[in-house]
Amino acid sequence: MSAAFPIALASAAILSGTSLLYATLGELIGERAGIVNLGLEGLMLIGASTGFAGAAVTANPYLGVAAAALAGVAANGLFSYVVITRHANQLAAGLSLTFFGLGASALIGRPFVGAIVPGLPHLGAFDLLVWLAAPLAIVLSGLLYRTRWGLTLRAVGESPAAAFAAGRRPDRVQYEALAVAGALGGISGAHLSLAVALTWDEGMTAGRGFIAIALVIFAGWNPLWAVIGALVFGGAESLQLQFQARGVDVSPFLMNMVPYLLTLLVLTFSGLRGRSAAPAGLGRSFFGVE
Amino acid sequence: MPREAALARFGPAASAARRALIVAVAASAIFALLLLIDGKDPVRAYRDTIVYVFANAYGFSELFVRMSPLLLTSVAVALPSRLGLINVGGEGQLYMGGLFATAGALGFAHWPALALIPLMTALGFLGGALWALLPGLLRAAKLVNETISTLLLNYIAPLIVSYVIFGPWRSSESASYPESPAFAAGARLPTLGSTRVHLGLVYGLVCLCIYGFAIGRTRWGLEMRAIGGNAEASLRLGVPVSAYIIGSMAVAGGVAGLAGMAEASAIQGRLVAQLSPGYGFMGFLVAWLAGGSAVGILTMAALFAVLSSVGDVLQITQGVPFSVINLLMAAILFIVLGERGAGGRR
Repeated sequence: MSAAFPIALASAAILSGTSLLYATLGELIGERAGIVNLGLEGLMLIGASTGFAGAAVTANPYLGVAAAALAGVAANGLFSYVVITRHANQLAAGLSLTFFGLGASALIGRPFVGAIVPGLPHLGAFDLLVWLAAPLAIVLSGLLYRTRWGLTLRAVGESPAAAFAAGRRPDRVQYEALAVAGALGGISGAHLSLAVALTWDEGMTAGRGFIAIALVIFAGWNPLWAVIGALVFGGAESLQLQFQARGVDVSPFLMNMVPYLLTLLVLTFSGLRGRSAAPAGLGRSFFGVE
Repeated sequence: MPREAALARFGPAASAARRALIVAVAASAIFALLLLIDGKDPVRAYRDTIVYVFANAYGFSELFVRMSPLLLTSVAVALPSRLGLINVGGEGQLYMGGLFATAGALGFAHWPALALIPLMTALGFLGGALWALLPGLLRAAKLVNETISTLLLNYIAPLIVSYVIFGPWRSSESASYPESPAFAAGARLPTLGSTRVHLGLVYGLVCLCIYGFAIGRTRWGLEMRAIGGNAEASLRLGVPVSAYIIGSMAVAGGVAGLAGMAEASAIQGRLVAQLSPGYGFMGFLVAWLAGGSAVGILTMAALFAVLSSVGDVLQITQGVPFSVINLLMAAILFIVLGERGAGGRR
């Protein structure tokens, strides 16, 4: 293998890791507020199709990304209402959101199958979303650990009852957190369709949403660790393409399994390490004072 | 207190029927709305559906064809749910069942049906069971949540199936469309007359009856419900919680594997990459909406068989993409989740 291999691999890892990072950061914010969202896969699909459609209609990829973010907020708003206001089971509601995303994105994207869209332009080596990804992790880390809003959000995730007793509104904070998560999930999907694949295909996220949920656990609910996790998994994903480009004879089906197997392995090791980092109120419904 | 006794006896069935009604009405309304937005005529669409599905013997028999895998995949969700486990891996378990059963069908093709069908059934169960065993073990060891591990395994199983039908098991006859060689006659599940209704329906009904009986009338069922109620207390009382977690996941996976075996053997007659149009996921919805009751599962599976037939008819007659079915299912789930969540703390 030539000397160019590590460089090509690294740049491919950064490109496909970016989408994972946005999704992971979104899920992380929601989970810090005590809400597990298994609908991330659906959010990404909605983002990918809306972003692609938006870019095709307006001929401006940035407007596509903005549309994707808004669509993500709207779709996650539906999820928020069901789990926060109606106290529905978070896991079941999240899966419903994934089904919703599968169907809605198929409808949104259908007129644009095979369309040619302007992809996100490169600024230097990468597009704008790549450059913004790691700084965003730092900003979110600052928001979580250095601001009043972040303190409230983490308190709600640990103990909604305590936060409520201290005069906060857990439901409002959770709505805000899920709005941020929805926007990031939408952007993550849009990066996939507008920068990585440059096409829309039904179900194109192929389980990346679930991998991102696992990455949150891997990152120990810390935005900065999520950057490293996303890079590792982006690398695992792009390994296949790099092998193919160099004519290494491995079945693409076996290579496609690597990210999922790696995720299971990482989850197992995270489990061995202990789960002390998880927000204590994760997955529970808060009913206020009764 | 005869009224309360009657409620306890018929309560689950009555609430399942009520929920089925909500689901049916909501589904029809949402579908109509979608068709309107898409510029189609909903009245004509519904008339088409009635003509193709209910006023037509073959169309009606197709409902049972769809119901067979749904019964199996929903039992695969309902059984672990009694322990508080969420098995979303029915799709992957179905594919592994199909894979293992195909190994039997291709390896022992000369066997008579009377020996080969039981062997394939056992292999299908084994494939699904092994695929669910891993999440069960990881959960019992408190390492990985079963929801996320079963979801991830859903993506791996179809890749294994694709690997074998593009590689070692590729049929030499089909050059363009990869699939396994066709099964011998002895490896095909018997069907009813000229329809596609197959023995898998009996598998589904038997599994559902065993499930209902085991949960309601046996010590196993009692202990499983106890774990679902309070795992910690059950453990203190000497209930082998880990063994139940591992065992129920494996059995559930096996039942879903039977669905894969039946699809490969009766419907396709070979192993294909698209073995299921999402029966594993639909089974999750069926079991969830039925609240785990056996009668509820039967009702909801029938309803979802109708829904997916409707989806097919509309795809053909109105050009609506089949994935719209997912939108419909999500809408139904959101309605039921929101309605139920407000009342109880589930």
